[in-house]
Amino acid sequence: MLMQDVGAFHPEFVDLSTSTAAQWLWLIPAVPIVASGIIALLRQPRRKPAAALAIGSLGCSLLIALYAFAHVVSNWASGITTREVVNFTWMQTGASTVDLGWVLDPLSAVMMVMVCLVGLLIFIYSVGYMEHDENFTRFFCFLSLFAGAMLGVVIANSLLLLFMCWELVGLTSYLLIGFWYHKPSAAAAAKKAFLTTRVGDIFFLLGIVWLFNATGTLLFYNHGSGSMEGLALANLLTQHAGLGLSAAGAIALLIFAGAVGKSGQLPLHVWLPDAMEGPTPVSALIHAATMVAAGVYLVARVYPLMAAGAPLSSVGAMAGTTAPLIVVTWIGSATAVFAALIAIAQNDIKRILAYSTVSQLGYMMAGLGLGGVAVGLFHLITHAFFKALLFMGAGSVIHGCHEEQDVRRMGGLWPVMPVTFATYAIGMLALCGFPIFFSGFWSKDAILEAAHQSGFIKGPYYLLAFGALLTAFYMTRQVSYVFFGKWRGHGHAHESPKVMTAPLAILAFFAIALGIIGTPAWPWFHAFLDGHAAAIDLHAFAEADFLKLLGTSAVIVFLGLGLGWALYGNKSPAAEEPDALEKATPWLWAGLRDRLYVDEFYSATFIVFYAWWARVADWFDRCVWGGIVALVTWLFRLWAQLNRWIDNEWVDGGFDKTCDELSSGGGLLARVQNGRVQIYLRVLAVAVVALAVILIWSSRS
Amino acid sequence: MAWTIYLSFAGALVEALLPKGKNELARWLALAVAGAALILALTGFVSGMGQGRVVLADAAWVPSMGIHYLLAADGISRVLVLLTGIAAVAGVLFSWNIELRTNQFFAFYFALIGGVFGVFLSFDFFLLFTFYEIAIVPKYFLIAIWGSTRRGYGAMKLALYSFVGSAMVLIGLLAAYTASGSHSTALVDLARAGLPVHMQMWLFPLVFVGFAILAGMWPFHTWAPTGHVAAPTAASMLLAGVVMKLGAYGCLRAGMGLFPHGLDPWGFSFLGLGSWRDVFAVLAVIGIVYGALVALAQSDFKFVIGYSSVSHMGFVLLGLMTLNQIGLDGAVLQMFSHGVIAGLLFAIVGRIVYERTHTRQLAELETMHLARRLPFAAWAFVIAGIASMGLPGFSGFIAELQVLVGAWHANPWWTAAAGVGIVVGVAYTWRALQKAFFTDAVPTAHELESEQAHGFAPITWPEMAGVALLGISTIVVGLYPRILLDSIEPAVKALLAGGMQ
Repeated sequence: MLMQDVGAFHPEFVDLSTSTAAQWLWLIPAVPIVASGIIALLRQPRRKPAAALAIGSLGCSLLIALYAFAHVVSNWASGITTREVVNFTWMQTGASTVDLGWVLDPLSAVMMVMVCLVGLLIFIYSVGYMEHDENFTRFFCFLSLFAGAMLGVVIANSLLLLFMCWELVGLTSYLLIGFWYHKPSAAAAAKKAFLTTRVGDIFFLLGIVWLFNATGTLLFYNHGSGSMEGLALANLLTQHAGLGLSAAGAIALLIFAGAVGKSGQLPLHVWLPDAMEGPTPVSALIHAATMVAAGVYLVARVYPLMAAGAPLSSVGAMAGTTAPLIVVTWIGSATAVFAALIAIAQNDIKRILAYSTVSQLGYMMAGLGLGGVAVGLFHLITHAFFKALLFMGAGSVIHGCHEEQDVRRMGGLWPVMPVTFATYAIGMLALCGFPIFFSGFWSKDAILEAAHQSGFIKGPYYLLAFGALLTAFYMTRQVSYVFFGKWRGHGHAHESPKVMTAPLAILAFFAIALGIIGTPAWPWFHAFLDGHAAAIDLHAFAEADFLKLLGTSAVIVFLGLGLGWALYGNKSPAAEEPDALEKATPWLWAGLRDRLYVDEFYSATFIVFYAWWARVADWFDRCVWGGIVALVTWLFRLWAQLNRWIDNEWVDGGFDKTCDELSSGGGLLARVQNGRVQIYLRVLAVAVVALAVILIWSSRS
Repeated sequence: MAWTIYLSFAGALVEALLPKGKNELARWLALAVAGAALILALTGFVSGMGQGRVVLADAAWVPSMGIHYLLAADGISRVLVLLTGIAAVAGVLFSWNIELRTNQFFAFYFALIGGVFGVFLSFDFFLLFTFYEIAIVPKYFLIAIWGSTRRGYGAMKLALYSFVGSAMVLIGLLAAYTASGSHSTALVDLARAGLPVHMQMWLFPLVFVGFAILAGMWPFHTWAPTGHVAAPTAASMLLAGVVMKLGAYGCLRAGMGLFPHGLDPWGFSFLGLGSWRDVFAVLAVIGIVYGALVALAQSDFKFVIGYSSVSHMGFVLLGLMTLNQIGLDGAVLQMFSHGVIAGLLFAIVGRIVYERTHTRQLAELETMHLARRLPFAAWAFVIAGIASMGLPGFSGFIAELQVLVGAWHANPWWTAAAGVGIVVGVAYTWRALQKAFFTDAVPTAHELESEQAHGFAPITWPEMAGVALLGISTIVVGLYPRILLDSIEPAVKALLAGGMQ
């Protein structure tokens, strides 16, 4: 208790029981942020220092992250507690303090290594991709800032700190999507991304406010008094929030709404495909590997809250049993299929991958809901590598085809771009879940297995299996269009420089190798995250359940690949020619091509609704309030006129009449005094005569 | 700290006496006076840290009525005086281009500033009222002489609304003075007098509404947009930045401080409202959502910002009505935050953009490609916009978060409704940003030619300095809110202990 107090109230005296790795963890996000600040101060043309700073800083972060990761692993291996926190007070109002802090546990350790590693490769790749861009330095400034903010999300031990970094991530994402803001569609996409994710964030913010009011802390872990720990959770479970939910459930759902926005889940997925207007490295870094995965990471981070009240089993909280987890599962599964369907009918190479990302994020969510943190997160990690690989491969293709993005205007590229093709194929097979050899197979299989075993709900299993079929199908279609058949574009395509292909090769290695740590025989990853020992058990491969599932999933994948190849393989239709699927089912194709009209639906409902209300309120202000002001003014004027009339006619009347009479009297006299001398003389004569007469008359008597 | 008042009035006097035509001298003098006031405010703020209420001046003024010239400062005052100092310097910087009767402009300007400093430092109700009235008059002239769009109408509307509010406050002042029988108009004495509850019940809404008119409380807000739009840039910065805070400050210090029992429950409920507190909280929430919606439907860039002020001031009033420490802290912090951010927004729209484009119609700005031609303005507006929509890292986030947490304590539905306002806030800010700077239309060759022929004047140093001053203020507070909260908190605590619960 004493140590906790020291840690909580004196940020300068960090709790001495924490390890060096935990104490210095804040450097991981701080270094890239400082680097971004320095780059911002550089003059525009200084390209090399900018790139060196960005890459160097993230390299430093990677080293620290690896050290911290190794530390956690060694602790775990020797059976010591694997969670260390460092907290400090940020502000204090009245009795309540707002603490921030960071946490080093398996979850954050795995995630930070992934973000640093993938980020670093993408930074290096960007040097080649953005070579001719005039705002090269600004690009690296934003990239570094993004990486720092994202790492902040990862190490945060406070929902508030997480939210702050989360918003910073959203902001840098906005800046990077709109990086080519001279292109109107880029500016519009940036705005859409920001607005849509903000809608989710408001629910997230309400969840934060509620959690703070209910538990008095926003720290996740604080030696027993954090909001994700037993006491607070038990307290939350006893409070009722209506609709049959406990406060824990309601808060979890509000927080999940934030994750829905950020991770592009239904119904807030509309921004992610448009976000492909940004430069391709941005799409790879932000909209495939890291930021969109932040939503999944958030759900994993608040998993104790999500699963609060569920019966405990040997593998941690029994998944799929609480209201929030059921919602997470269904939204994830629905998104997985929905986005995969739309991906079939897209022609932009990056848009296909964007919908694929939305779909895969759905898998991760479903994995969290059904199988727990480890299952969801394993797919997150493998996906980050192979999807970054695919995006960067697509970038390499776009670069090689002179900024062409329409897959119908490519074709036959595999002999021209051998490295790109080989690595792209690996990424594609990993994404499809090609059995045994690719990491994507193991991570997706774990999700399917969890869905299959779930005793509560069966629907998600069928949805996810169907999604796997669609995934194999649309990826085959894309690869056939791009790499096979005849060249249909303009000019000559060329292979990309080494600085771009080397990162592809490294990512391709991970896309294959990562599978090893998550097989049923050696579930190292799952054991590490769940905090129990891992053992190698080769018999797991021979279990009947596993073999059945392996068979099913292999059949699904081969079916998807085969169908795709049958329809698109080695054919080179002209760009204007309708798609093979379009010929068969034009109505379905039109619906899918137009993204199932979700954008149109929003334009016709919410946007119209708000615009209408805004106009009503504006009218109200102009006419009603303005009218009242005008009416009051008019009434006062009327009153004033009335007063003036009364004043003139009545009050002043007497005065005026007196004056009038006086002046008219004066006028009479004035008539006499008219300046004519003859009359004066005459009057004078008459007066003298009259005077004389009077005098004479009076003297006589 | 009291010298901020005298300095401003002296500045006003000297500016008025300057010979005509010495515009450059008038500007530099104004900058010197405002800068000195800011330094005074800053030193006062720093030296006052950790102290409670400090009396600055106390002299009998009208002994027969017990009126004192009583100046004092507590944490709330110090924060708002600091805000006024910042806004004053920024306002001078953004008025650098005033050529018409420059010296008179700054004379009125400093008369207004002096009145505002006076209100924030007065601890005598009568003195506070006097300074409050002093602040109203120069506002009228600033708008009527140097304003634009319907300036006569805007100026008169603002003056009339202000005076109606003053009249209500004056009635409350006289009634409280008479009923207390304490032969003193000092705020402390009036608060201590223990007015009967039934009397507070009608005095509280009277004085609160009287002040809240100037804080832009719905439905008494309509002076704000027209007044802001009509005002010259510096005046609209001050209007939104500090004058609206006068109202909110009066609500807190006089309305709630003197008549705390006016917030008690009525004992019955009407339409679900059980006390004046409920009534004003609901009006505040309506203001938040309504202001944001109206801002969404504007075609004039400056009207967007004008209505956004109504929305943001709703957070201040909502914070006041939470009646708890965190909510009230948030309300005071929001006063500071909105003062800085609204000032920045008005400066960009009124000075940087309008003085070059000569239009504020979003439809016309759409054809001008300002992001390319005025990148500085675009970036400054992006920063001001994200600060305004309450993103973390900026002062608005902390303030609104505290208000929301406080409001949740009081009534979760208020928080939820205010959340809707925040979403609409993002929408109107981004709509304006998009339309004004990042337009969809691709320029034609002809447009490019005419752009080259009629280039915009380059951004001047006062503009950059002003943007930097306001931008840095909001970021510093956003990253390290304790810098202000450490001052605000004890003062709020003392107010709460003084009767409000």
